Amino acid sequence: MDKTSLIVVGNGMAAGRVLEHLLEADRDAYAVTVFNAEPRVNYNRIMLSPVLSGEKTYEDILIHDDAWYAANGVTLVKGEAIVGIDRETKTVRTAGGAVHGYDKLLIATGSNPLIIPLPGKDLPGVVTYRDLDDVEKMMAAASQGGRAVVIGGGLLGLEAAAGLRAQGMEVTVLHLMPTLMERQLDPAAGYLLQKAIEDRGIEVLCKANTHAILGDTTVTGVKLDDGREIACSLVVMAVGIRPNMALAKDAGLAVNRGVLVDDGMRTSDPDIFAVGECVEHRGVCYGLVAPLYESAKVVAAGLTGSEGAYTGSVTATKLKVTGIDLFSAGDFADAKDRQEIVYRAPGVYKRLVLRDNVLIGAVLYGETADGSWFFDLIKSGSDISAMRDTLIFGPAFAGGEPLDPTAAVAALPDDAQICGCNGVCKGTIVSAIGAKGLSSLDDVRAVTKASASCGSCTPLVEKLIVATIGDKYQAAAVEPICKCTDLGHDEVRRMIVAKGLRSIPAVMQELSWKTSCGCAKCRPALNYYLVCEWPGEYEDDSQSRFINERVHANIQKDGTYSVVPRMWGGVTSPAELRAIADVAEKFNIPSVKVTGGQRIDLLGVRKEDLPAVWADLGKAGMISGAAYAKGLRTVKTCVGSEWCRFGTQDSTGLGIKIEKAMWGSWTPAKVKLGVSGCPRNCAEATCKDIGVVCVEAGYEIHFAGAAGLHVRQTEVLTLVPTEEEAMEIILALTQLYREQGRYLERIYKWAKRVGTPSIKAAIVDDPERRRVYADRFRFSQQFSQVDPWAERVKGLEAHEFAPMAEVGFKEAAE
Amino acid sequence: MNQMLQTRFDGPWVKVGRVDDIPLQGSRVVKTHGGEVAVFKAADGRVFALRNRCPHKGGPLSEGIVHGHAVTCPLHNWVISLETGEAQGADSGCTKVIGVLVEDGVVHLDLSRLPRLMEAAE
Repeated sequence: MDKTSLIVVGNGMAAGRVLEHLLEADRDAYAVTVFNAEPRVNYNRIMLSPVLSGEKTYEDILIHDDAWYAANGVTLVKGEAIVGIDRETKTVRTAGGAVHGYDKLLIATGSNPLIIPLPGKDLPGVVTYRDLDDVEKMMAAASQGGRAVVIGGGLLGLEAAAGLRAQGMEVTVLHLMPTLMERQLDPAAGYLLQKAIEDRGIEVLCKANTHAILGDTTVTGVKLDDGREIACSLVVMAVGIRPNMALAKDAGLAVNRGVLVDDGMRTSDPDIFAVGECVEHRGVCYGLVAPLYESAKVVAAGLTGSEGAYTGSVTATKLKVTGIDLFSAGDFADAKDRQEIVYRAPGVYKRLVLRDNVLIGAVLYGETADGSWFFDLIKSGSDISAMRDTLIFGPAFAGGEPLDPTAAVAALPDDAQICGCNGVCKGTIVSAIGAKGLSSLDDVRAVTKASASCGSCTPLVEKLIVATIGDKYQAAAVEPICKCTDLGHDEVRRMIVAKGLRSIPAVMQELSWKTSCGCAKCRPALNYYLVCEWPGEYEDDSQSRFINERVHANIQKDGTYSVVPRMWGGVTSPAELRAIADVAEKFNIPSVKVTGGQRIDLLGVRKEDLPAVWADLGKAGMISGAAYAKGLRTVKTCVGSEWCRFGTQDSTGLGIKIEKAMWGSWTPAKVKLGVSGCPRNCAEATCKDIGVVCVEAGYEIHFAGAAGLHVRQTEVLTLVPTEEEAMEIILALTQLYREQGRYLERIYKWAKRVGTPSIKAAIVDDPERRRVYADRFRFSQQFSQVDPWAERVKGLEAHEFAPMAEVGFKEAAE
Repeated sequence: MNQMLQTRFDGPWVKVGRVDDIPLQGSRVVKTHGGEVAVFKAADGRVFALRNRCPHKGGPLSEGIVHGHAVTCPLHNWVISLETGEAQGADSGCTKVIGVLVEDGVVHLDLSRLPRLMEAAE
């Protein structure tokens, strides 16, 4: 008998899923013929990356093999493209010229990779990343070795890069935008991702615009807009996809960016359905698999007469690169009506976006186990206000009941990690409380180290103590920051992170400040905490800075200022000295003095003269020495192996490197460094905040010295053999201090409070965490290494340096 | 110099500039033949003026952090009331208060008693 005929154009994942639903609903409804332009059965296209990386084979990723088509009575025509649709006669025409009639037609032509119209785009060796043919081309190229350039730092591009790298190629990723996967990730997660990609030996160049692909007969390289050339034997274009709608358009169906469909997945012709990446539904074209699956159900329903409706999808993204855990879902753009919750731990970044107590977006990096739970919350649109405080910690804390946080903590399994910094789990804490009779937070910290480092788990630990010993818990008496609040420094910092507070007014509002706008104690502290927590995002509040940091000079007892230009590592030159001498004479600067940190101090400069003084120093190449800053001050050095007969290493050179890496950074209190070339210690490194003493075997890193009100010798943190490791440790240590130190707390006081073991555990014993801290420091430095003097010479904050008015002088002169 | 006014004494109120010239929670200096005056704008937008000398050791109050209706001296952290010029808390001392009149966004100071005030304080 003549069954109704269904012709399917395309045999990708969407078409395959429609067939499954259709056969399940009514396996005899249609005589189905599938035309596949590729000479293959249906395979799982999203698993191409594991095939490329060698983790899977083509056979592993088959969805429907030949036997499946035979068993289900579906005719599959492989390697035959459909080139025309005649809606009048209800027929399709193949490339080979055959004509087939249909009753219902399903267009599932998918998408085409975007090709940037660059010179050289058609050269052999330029491939896209779309189907198995592409993968085979890439694997063939990889077997020859050499370098591949991947254009596009999105999902596909990064998967291609990781796969090619796993196949043994050198790989460079070029990405137009400042951070990777900017459509799925916010900049912070994009930055972590870039580091993880780079750790695989893949070079990543952001803000890189490709100018041309080079080569005569085959690809030999790419040229960037800035003139750089990168030699390579393979170019992968992975810059995006475009719905493949040519066939539908030629047939006169309504199209826009894709083939337009209604909620029933019907095109403008009721006998023609469309599904998959070729479709535009409610203004959206999807390029991910989940929406295709959801709409495939609706197509199958439509074909069997039980109309369904597809209303659009919330999409989630997971990067399929082994060892990189990354998840994003929903809408996570910033907007006025949204709040966010952010959680950061070494190597971990989580951000939830809320609107009206509903979760609408999530970005997870490093720990993605809760991704599907968050995704469900986004899709269901449930009100999360009852569990808002613990939402970021995932379902383990959500419980079923309206939340009692203590009960939620009590319900955690024994192996639940409470303190990420020191790796302490719940069982360890509970048994320590029982065995040693601990009753206060300080006790628990001392014995287990839980919450002894960054303190972000303090509330969890406290609840755990309450859950274990009940009323016997002695709440710690926290010293408030100032009279404006009952909260201590650590609590405020934790809340800034947990609640994602990004301005001083937000902190004061959310944390119930008792004064309307704070005081001279809390405002500079909050300003620092915000600067530290949100590099590149938070805009410094100059009115919350002490005068020295506001005008970038040191106020003296008579209201004049002192000016100290930076001299890298204490090294200067005749030209710099001449410029300093000229400035001193030109502006009648009464006193010129050499400082303890190997700099030259110009004392007694009138405030109005500051910009002009800086302009002259700037012309000689000098920038602010930050002698006023709660930040990096100086790196003092001795002459080291370059000149000294006792010198073991280039202490001057290392000091300059450190200073170049660290200048401009803000810290809880001032940070002074010293690098001595041998244990004779002429740079007095052993009473600095951070010191290096060079020895034959390498570099002894010291910290927590003081030579002020208190005099204290440094402790040795570790000994490392190379300059690179010394730098990494110093940057990581500084970042740990930046994140844990209380405002105005010098390094030695911080070290005493948190304990040297916890610092060593983070910086010395665990290379992974060390790197994460050092990376965060470097990330933040991108935004802080701007010379404040040069900015003010150009006119920034000009009101600071000029009186508002001068009154009565004419009269006095007359 | 930008926004600087050369003004004579002209009756009790002397025009010294616009409210907008003063940063919120900040301060500007007005130089007079009788010494400097610090003009403050508090977070609520109110404008105050004090002689620009802390009663403690003469620190320039204009350079301090403004909070509520008070300023903290940059030299030794004395807190001075913008309303009364009195040192707050355990410290004692007083800075002269200068009268302020704001009209149509323009700040006027009462400098008529200034020479006498300055003398009295020296």
